[in-house]
Amino acid sequence: MAPDLRRARAQGLQVALAVSLYGVSFGALAVALGFSLGQTMVLSLVMFSGASQFAFVGVVATGGLAAVPAAIATAGLLGARNSLYSLTMSPIIGRGFFRRALAAHLTVDESTAVSTAQETRRAAQHGFWATALWLYLGWNVSTLVGALAGDALGDVKTWGLDAVAAAAFLALLWPRLVSREPVAVAVGAAAVTAVLIPFVPAGVPVLCAAGVGIATAMVRVVRSRRAAAKPLEGEQ
Amino acid sequence: MSIWLGVIVAALVVWALKNLGYLIPQRLVQGALITRMAGLTTVALLASLVVAQTLQNDSALVIDARVPAVVVAGALLAMKAPFWVVLVSAGVVAAGLRFFGVLA
Repeated sequence: MAPDLRRARAQGLQVALAVSLYGVSFGALAVALGFSLGQTMVLSLVMFSGASQFAFVGVVATGGLAAVPAAIATAGLLGARNSLYSLTMSPIIGRGFFRRALAAHLTVDESTAVSTAQETRRAAQHGFWATALWLYLGWNVSTLVGALAGDALGDVKTWGLDAVAAAAFLALLWPRLVSREPVAVAVGAAAVTAVLIPFVPAGVPVLCAAGVGIATAMVRVVRSRRAAAKPLEGEQ
Repeated sequence: MSIWLGVIVAALVVWALKNLGYLIPQRLVQGALITRMAGLTTVALLASLVVAQTLQNDSALVIDARVPAVVVAGALLAMKAPFWVVLVSAGVVAAGLRFFGVLA
């Protein structure tokens, strides 16, 4: 195999192994929060998107059955970025119904990141599939291990698992804070959440915070379009 | 709505969103607004979840062992520690403070 393809595959395996360890904490947390082994595994096998999975169990845990609609909405909103990844991956994956259906299921942060970091289309394909398949295997095995361990752990708080969930969200957020704009949005969303928690049902503050992100994007894009349009008007 | 139904609906919603990008032509949705919206919405949701998971107790804001645990997690992330180190450290800090009765 050509060296660039081998490198792409090796990168995929490394990323998959590192991220799979996360699955242990998801499995342990979900079970400790009261989800059954079956429910925990359905989330990892079918939803298969770490942030959405943590968010779903986290929101349900704070608000119980009444928070389930908000938990679905939060998981869906967090999963919306996968639609962009699949748009990016679509031409790289190529044709074939089953190939595309499988690729769609496995299109997440990590598989897209490794793939788009490659220089040739062939390497991008190898990087995607290596990451995607190893991660699917690793994530589900580690979820199962965590869920079985979590069953034996008992109370979430004794082992600090509630703090682990908070740290997990922070760790997912951290690499995205690359410039002033995401930092400002994060601070705004955090403030909106803290202000709303005492007044609205569990899960709703998180959805309102999403509005901060959407509104900021709209304002920024409209402004940059206006800024781009002005010199053109001047020329005519 | 039962928890099981919620699990299945949420899983299918996220699965459907992944399929969406393979089904629609790229040119229809490419644009600065959508790209930016997806990125910033993710940031806003994660920041919000950090706050809720750290401070929320039913419908009140409380300061308990989770707060120092998250501060330690932030410091470790700033030092580029691996994910599992960050998560385990947060758990150890919160569990330790509770074990010794320093914070609830």
